[in-house]
Amino acid sequence: MAVVDEQAQALMHTAFSPIVRESGDISAGVFDIDGNMLAQAVTGTPGHINTMAESVKHFLEVIPRKTMRPGDTFMTNDPWLGSGHLNDFVLVQPCFQRRKLVGLVSCTSHLIDLGGLGMGPDGSDVYDEGLLIPPMRLVEGGEINQTLMALIKSNSRTPFQNEGDIYALIACCEVAHKRLREMMSEFGIVSLSEVGAYIYAVSRAASEAAINTAPAGTYSNRMMIDGYDFEIELAASLTLGNGEITVDFNGSSSCSKFGINVPLNYATAYSVFGLRCIFAPEVPNNAGALAPFRVTAPLGCIVNAPRPVPVAQRHIIGQLLPDVVLGCLRRALPGKIPAEGSSCMYDLPLRGGFDATSSENATRFAVELTHNGGTGARPGKDGLSVTAFPSGVYGSQVEVTESTAPLLLRRRELRTDSGGAGRFRGGLGQIIEIESREGQPFDLFGTVDRVKYPARGCFGGLDGARGQLALASGRRLKGKGKQQIPAGETLVFQTPGGGGYGDPRKRKPQLVAQDYAAGLISKRALKRDYGVMLKSDGSVDLAATRRQRKS
Amino acid sequence: MNNKGQNRIAVDIGGTFTDIALDSGTSLYTAKTLTTRDDPVRGVVEVVRIACQNAACNPQDIGSVIHGTTLATNALIERKGARVGLITTEGFRDIVEIAYERRYDQYDIFIDKPDLLVTREDCWTVPERIDANGNVLRALDTGKLNRLLTAIDRRGVTSIAICLLHSYLNPTHERMLRDLIQSRRPQLSITLSSEVCPEIREFDRACTALANAYIKPLMANYLQDLSLALEAEGIEAPLFIVTSGGGMTTLETATRFPIRLVESGPSGGAVLAARIARECNIDSALSFDMGGTTAKLCLIDHGAPQRSRQFEIGRAARFVKGSGLPVRIPVVEMIEIGAGGGSVARVDSLQRLAVGPDSAGSDPGPASYGRGGELPTVTDADVVLGYIDPATFAEGRVKLRPRAASAAIRSGIGKALKLGANQCAYGISQMVDESMSNAARVHAVEHGKEISARTMIAFGGNGPLHATRVAQKLGVSRVIVPRDPGVGSAIGFLSAPISYEIIRSLYMRGENFDTDAVARLFAEMEAEGRRVVQAGAAGAKLEERRLAFMRYQGQGHEIEIPLPEGRLGTGLGKEIRKRFDALYQQQYGRTVPNVDVEIINWAFVAATPGPRLRKVTLPGRKQKARPANRRKIYWGQQRKTLNVPCYQRASLQPGHSIIGPALIIEAQTTTLLGPEFDAVVDRAGNLVLTARKTGGRKYA
Repeated sequence: MAVVDEQAQALMHTAFSPIVRESGDISAGVFDIDGNMLAQAVTGTPGHINTMAESVKHFLEVIPRKTMRPGDTFMTNDPWLGSGHLNDFVLVQPCFQRRKLVGLVSCTSHLIDLGGLGMGPDGSDVYDEGLLIPPMRLVEGGEINQTLMALIKSNSRTPFQNEGDIYALIACCEVAHKRLREMMSEFGIVSLSEVGAYIYAVSRAASEAAINTAPAGTYSNRMMIDGYDFEIELAASLTLGNGEITVDFNGSSSCSKFGINVPLNYATAYSVFGLRCIFAPEVPNNAGALAPFRVTAPLGCIVNAPRPVPVAQRHIIGQLLPDVVLGCLRRALPGKIPAEGSSCMYDLPLRGGFDATSSENATRFAVELTHNGGTGARPGKDGLSVTAFPSGVYGSQVEVTESTAPLLLRRRELRTDSGGAGRFRGGLGQIIEIESREGQPFDLFGTVDRVKYPARGCFGGLDGARGQLALASGRRLKGKGKQQIPAGETLVFQTPGGGGYGDPRKRKPQLVAQDYAAGLISKRALKRDYGVMLKSDGSVDLAATRRQRKS
Repeated sequence: MNNKGQNRIAVDIGGTFTDIALDSGTSLYTAKTLTTRDDPVRGVVEVVRIACQNAACNPQDIGSVIHGTTLATNALIERKGARVGLITTEGFRDIVEIAYERRYDQYDIFIDKPDLLVTREDCWTVPERIDANGNVLRALDTGKLNRLLTAIDRRGVTSIAICLLHSYLNPTHERMLRDLIQSRRPQLSITLSSEVCPEIREFDRACTALANAYIKPLMANYLQDLSLALEAEGIEAPLFIVTSGGGMTTLETATRFPIRLVESGPSGGAVLAARIARECNIDSALSFDMGGTTAKLCLIDHGAPQRSRQFEIGRAARFVKGSGLPVRIPVVEMIEIGAGGGSVARVDSLQRLAVGPDSAGSDPGPASYGRGGELPTVTDADVVLGYIDPATFAEGRVKLRPRAASAAIRSGIGKALKLGANQCAYGISQMVDESMSNAARVHAVEHGKEISARTMIAFGGNGPLHATRVAQKLGVSRVIVPRDPGVGSAIGFLSAPISYEIIRSLYMRGENFDTDAVARLFAEMEAEGRRVVQAGAAGAKLEERRLAFMRYQGQGHEIEIPLPEGRLGTGLGKEIRKRFDALYQQQYGRTVPNVDVEIINWAFVAATPGPRLRKVTLPGRKQKARPANRRKIYWGQQRKTLNVPCYQRASLQPGHSIIGPALIIEAQTTTLLGPEFDAVVDRAGNLVLTARKTGGRKYA
C-alpha cells in the first residue's frame, strides 16, 4: 500500500506545469487509458479543470486508442466536448511506454480570438461565434499539422498569439508526459492500472464518506438572475444519499437567443466544483473524487444548451451555479453553506478608436479588464470583499491598465454599504470610475449579471448591493451588450456585494462600530440595518443600542 | 596573530542558532551558539568572543564584520513590527485590501485574506495624480495635510509608507509629501514606494513599501545596537549587512531599506553552494541547507544560484503560494519550508504523523535540549535513532538528553500510534525527509528544471545529517558536504561581494523604442548604484551589469536580456531585439514571428569582484580512513540496529575514503553516510558522497 501511496504522491506532482501566461493559468491533468482523470495540477479555473476531466473520454470515442501513435497530440475546441465555448482549447497527448499506451496527458487554456463575432454574447448560433475544430490530430509523429495551424491562424484576429498559445499548450503536455514517463521508470512500473485504481478508490471513498455525513434527502432551490433577452430562473433539486449527490436543473428557464447559454459539461463543472468545496475539499481533484457527483438537466434548458445555440459567454451563468446548488443544502447543512455572493466575474471589455465617431488621433485599443464583487458571508465569518469566487481570475492593476490603454481611472475603492448586512456581513463590492485619457468615446461590452437581482442574504441576513453600470452624469447602462461611453463622460462601474448571513441586529456591536470606523458601512446602515448607536467618541453606546435593537 | 585587517568575521543569526566564521587569511575558525531571541545582539557578542578566543585574535585586529540575520524575516512573520500607515492617491485607498481580487486556495471557502500589515483605518489618501507617462495631471494638494497628520497621531502610527500612482515613473509627489511630513513630524519613519521598489503594479509596490515601513524602526534600532555593542567589544571595523540577493551592503543602506535584508542568512548559504559548485566544476547543483527552524533549497546552474525579483513573506496556510505578503526585491530564489531540527512532530486528527512547520526554536528547543521543551522534534528523533552523539553536540555547549528525547517521542507520538520510540523516530525522520524532497521536486518542476541529475551541496546544522536520506528520495546520487557545514551561511557571507541591484519599470515596445529615455534611466540608476556600493568599497573596481526584462507582447513571463556595454546609443533597440530573439530561440526552440516585443523592467547591478576560486579535484590515490569508535544506530528501512563506525572529520585528509553506513562527526554537525553511500575527501577537504549503484527503485 505504501508504495502505491508514494506512487500516487509522485503522480500528482507530475501534473505541474511551468508555463503560465498573463491572461490565465493553464490547467493540466494525467489520465488512465480509459480517460479517467488520475491527477490534476492545482492551478487553473474550475471551468477548465472539471470539463477536462470528462473531455478526454470524448477524444477516446472519436479517436480509437489503437490509432494513437507516439508523438501524436490531439486537439478540440468543441464547446460540448471541451470547455463550453470556442475560445477554450483542449489538447490530449497519449503516453507510451515500451510501445504500449499507458496513459494520456491533457491541458486546457483560453485562446484570445477565433473569428466570428468574437467572445461577445451577440451571436445567434455557435457558427456566428467562430471556428470550431472537432477532436483531431494537431501533431502527428512529432510533426505539427500545418494545414490545421494555417486554418486556425487565418480564422482569427490574433493569428500569431493563437499560434504561440497552441505551442505553449503542446509544451505543457510534453512536460507532463515526460514527468509521467520518469515517474513510471523511477518506480519500475509499466502500467498505471494499480496506482490508478488505488487513487480512484481512496478518493472516491473519501468523497462518499463526506457526503454520508450529511442527512439524506432531496432539497431544492431557485434563484432569479438578470439574463439578457429575458430574466432567467435557475431551479435545482439536489438528491443526497448512499454516498452520492445528483443535481437536476429541471424547471430552469430555457435557452436564450444570445450567447449566455451553458452546455451541460460546463454547468456540471461549476456545480460539482461548488459541492467539492463542501464535501471533502482536501481530497485531490480526480475521477474518484468526482465520481459521486452527477448533474442532469433537460435538453434545451439554459444549462443544457443543445447544439448549435450560442454559448460564448457561458461563464456568466456557469459561475452563478454554485450559489444555486449550495443554496439547496443551506438548511440541511447548518453552519456549512455561505450566503450568495457576487459570483459571476465583473469583466470590463472596453474598446476605443475603431469607431467612425472617434477622431483620427484617437488611439485604438481593446482591453479586457477583470474585476469582481464581494463573496457571500460565511457561517462564522464575514464574506471576502472584492474577491473572485468561484472563478480564480486575477484582478487588473490600475497602473498596468493605464499603461496599455489610453484610459484613466479616477477611482477604485471599496463600495460602502455594498456588503449585505448580517450577523456576518457580506463581502463588499468595489466602485471603479474610468474615462478616456484622450477625451474620446469608447465602447463597453457588458457581460455581467446581478444588476437586477442581487446576491441574497440568508437566515435574516440582508441582500448584497446590486451591481450598477452608469455614466457619471447619471444615465444607467445595461449589464449586457455593447454600449457607448460618450466623449468626455466617465463610466462608473460598481460591482455587487455578497449577501449577509444571520440577523444583522445580532452582529456584535463592536464589529459594527469597527466597520463604521473603517468606512465599510455608512451612518445610516449603522442604525437602520444593525441597530447600533455610537457615543460621540465612536465607541458603542450599549444602552441606546439595546433600545434601538428592540424597536 | 596581529595581521590587522586580514581578519574578517561573518555572523549569521538563525531561528535557533547564531553562527560565526572568522577568516584570519590563513585559517578559518567557526563556532555556534543558541540564538538569544529576546536580544539577538547578546548572542552575537557571545559568539564573537568565542571565535576571537579560539583564533587568539584581538578585536582591534578585525578588518571587517559581515552580518546576516533572520531578524527582519521574523519581525514580519511574528508580526512584531511598527504600527504602519499607508498614504495613496485620492480615489485609491484600497490598493492593499483589493489586491489581486484572488483567493489563494481554490476549494477552501473559509480562508481569510492574507494579513497585509495595515488596517483600512490606517490608510489615507492625498489629492494628486500622475499619469502613465509620468506627467502631472493634478498637482499635489497639501491643503488637508494637517488633518492627515492629526489622524496619524491619533491612530498611534509610527511608520508611514507612501505609494502614489505611477510614482515609479515620477517620484516628485512622493518626495514632496515626505519632506512636508518629515518637517512637521520628524520622529515618523517614512518609506517611499518609489525608492524601495520603483516598479509598475501598485499593489506589489505598496506591499513592499509597507513591509519596509513595518520593520524599519525595529531594524534601525537593532543595527544601531549591534554596531555599538561591537564597538564596545573593541571592534572598530566597518559592518556590512548581507542582503536577500546574496550581496553585502552598508549599514546606511540596510537601515533605509531593511526589507532587502529579508532571508539574508539563507542567501549566504546559496552563495557558499554556488562557490563550491564553481570550484568543483559542477554545472547543476541543488543547495540543501537545513537548520534548526527551516530547510532551504536552491537550484544552482552554471555556478550561480537561481534568482528572482519577488518574494512572499509568511505564507499562512501550508506554505501555499499567495497566502503571504508579496514583496518585490532582488532575492536568491529558494524554497523554504518549516522543516528543521526543531520542527515539532505530532499525530493529527486522522491519526497521521505530521511534522512542522512550527518549530521549538532555541527556546525551549527540542526536548533533548533539556530547556523545558516537551514536544518531540526532528532533532529528538535523530538523537533517539543514534545519529547524533549527545556528548559532542554544538561543541558540548548544549548537553543533549537522549532520555528526554525518547520520553517526548513516546508520549507525543508513540501512545497515539501504539509504536515504540525507535519506530516513531524513524517515522518522524521519514516524514520530514519526504516533505523536504517533495518541496524540492515541486520547486524544480515549477521552474521547469530537473532534479535527479543534480549534485546536492548539503550544509546547515542538520543538512549533513539528512542529506543522504533526502538525496535517496530524490534519486540524487552525489552529495557534497563542504568544510564546516554547520555554519555554512556564515562561511558563504565571507565570499559575498559588496553589491547593489536596482530595478525600475519603464514600459516600452520594440516599435517605439526610445533610446534616449533608456539612457536617461540608466544614468540615474548607475549613479545611485555606484554611490551605494562605493560607500562600502571606496575606489574598488566594480563589475557592472545592465539588464532588460522583456517578452513577446502579452506573454506572462519575461526573459532577462543583458544590454551591451559602453554608451547606450542608436541601434540599441535593434540590438536588444536581436539578443532577445537569440535567447528565446535557445530557451524555447523557436521564436514567435510577427509579434512585437515589450520591455517591462530594467535593472542595474554593481558589485565588487568575487573571491578568487581554486579548482578542486579528487586526489588520485585513495586510502581508507580509520574510525575513532563505533555507535549503534537504528536503521528503519531495514528495521534493525546497526553498529556503525564513527569518524572524526577533523582527522580526515584528502584521499581518505569511507564506506557507508557511517557517521562523520565534527564540531557543529554530523554527516550521516547512509548504507547506500560511500564517501571520499577531495583536495579542498569537502566530503564527496556517492551512491553505490544498487539497482532497483530509488524510492525505497
